[in-house]
Amino acid sequence: MDKIPNNRAWFLILPVFLLVAFSALIPLMAVVNYSVQDSFGGGVWIFVGDEWFRDVLTDSRLHDALLRQLAFSSLVLIIQIPLGVLIALAMPARGWAVPVCLILLALPLLVPFNVVGTIWQLFARVDIGLLGNTLSDLGIEFNYTDDPLHAWITVVLMDVWHWTPLVVLLCYSGLRAIPPAFYQAARIDGASRSAIFWYIELPKLRGVLTIAVLLRFMDSFMIFTEPFVVTGGGPGNATNFLSIVLTNWAIERRDLGPAAAFSIIYFLLVLLICWMFYTAITRIGQSDKR
Amino acid sequence: MRANGGVVKPGKLLLTIYIVLLLLPLYWMIKMSLQSNADILGRFSIWPINPSFDNYVTILTDSSWYMGYVNSLTYVFMNMAIVLTVALPAAYAFSRYRFIGDKHMFFWLLSNRMAPPAVFLLPFFELYHAVGLFDTHIAVALAHCLFNVPLAVWILEGFMSAVPREVDEMAYIDGYSFPRFFVSVFLPLIRNGVGVAAFFCFMYSWIELLMARTLTLTEAKPISVTMTRTMSAAGLDWGLLAAAGTLTLIPGALVIWFVRNYIAKGFALGRV
Repeated sequence: MDKIPNNRAWFLILPVFLLVAFSALIPLMAVVNYSVQDSFGGGVWIFVGDEWFRDVLTDSRLHDALLRQLAFSSLVLIIQIPLGVLIALAMPARGWAVPVCLILLALPLLVPFNVVGTIWQLFARVDIGLLGNTLSDLGIEFNYTDDPLHAWITVVLMDVWHWTPLVVLLCYSGLRAIPPAFYQAARIDGASRSAIFWYIELPKLRGVLTIAVLLRFMDSFMIFTEPFVVTGGGPGNATNFLSIVLTNWAIERRDLGPAAAFSIIYFLLVLLICWMFYTAITRIGQSDKR
Repeated sequence: MRANGGVVKPGKLLLTIYIVLLLLPLYWMIKMSLQSNADILGRFSIWPINPSFDNYVTILTDSSWYMGYVNSLTYVFMNMAIVLTVALPAAYAFSRYRFIGDKHMFFWLLSNRMAPPAVFLLPFFELYHAVGLFDTHIAVALAHCLFNVPLAVWILEGFMSAVPREVDEMAYIDGYSFPRFFVSVFLPLIRNGVGVAAFFCFMYSWIELLMARTLTLTEAKPISVTMTRTMSAAGLDWGLLAAAGTLTLIPGALVIWFVRNYIAKGFALGRV
């Protein structure tokens, strides 16, 4: 849509800008400050330049954590996006079942992060948890505290449980927004169900899928509380994701400098990947229109 | 729809299985909330052994517990109000006008969702301490704007772009002032978007833990933090924890009930 050039629109943006800047800019400046200084306690700071950044970039534990994190986020996106689209397609379009389905689907979204962790910690336990117990009855010795694979399955399953409904809600409302005329035209042309999906529904879902992919990527890439509660990063380092490593540095080891440098690199990485997703999805959209 | 006859059945089956699987962990929590700690840890059972509402009675009669819910709800609704008030005009500007730095501004807003919280929490704490807002509801409400405002602007902008600009022009010709046009003509047209944005604000603010924990001590301590303090105590009372967790579902379920029609009627209008 062609927009009117008008710089006075800034007055409408100003409240948002001031509000967000208040909470964003000052802490960001503080973190940048930490990242180039070394503290000797008692408020004495010494400028160390890029020392922390070089430390962080060459730290092999961080490389491992980054790979784990990328694997986790990819897995989460690969499972949640198609599953979410599929469930949204299976949802009824009208009738009493719609509000019922929506409420049941949205329930996991409204569970605070640490409660999600607690739920799954108990749900997956072999002695008193439904999942662990059922699996052990089936002859699988499920033990997420000892077996890295089982820990991963638990954490991924937990994230799928918690966040797939977000993708479903977004896609469902996207689907409802497609004008019925599109389906009528498709029926007249004798389009198959899969053709309707690939040529009508999926392109129309591009906008909501952009939101879904970006939100799911950001949140899964910065996941902290849930795996922290369930596995605490273990067994060994198996589920030691980036945020858990970072929190260890910042709070337990009190290494504010390196932790701040780490945060900035982490932030830029999320920003970069989000930007790549954003441009990629927008570009696919533009080539569709041509 | 007859045309989809072949697809509907497996679809319904898939949906049913999915919802059942989705509810199992929740059922497990509710089951545990009805049991005493000894019964939970004692032996495995599908149904609650000796069900009772003791855990709920404990929570609802102890102010150190139930005030957690009150505090959480207070800052969540404050946050919703603030976010919608500032995001609506901003989203209008993004959807209608082109101005210097608009794209950068938009992505900058969004980038505030992308900072890993761990190290930012310390300056956050210092900032809110310095301005004298530490341990107040408004502090948490303002801090949560950091991730809710960008999302709300994004969602609302999509809905607003779906409203043809002729609507605005007609209103101006009819002599409406901008505020009057916005409230009495424009807002009703995008109420689905407002509903959806409100739901997302509620959700993200309600489940957030790290910032809320950093910015509060006693006066505004949210329920999720009350629960972690119990967890770190020597003996874990799983039954009590499960009951508290179950109660966290209720406000959210009510909010979804109110916005169900808005969500169903289309999120993506402007973006499809």
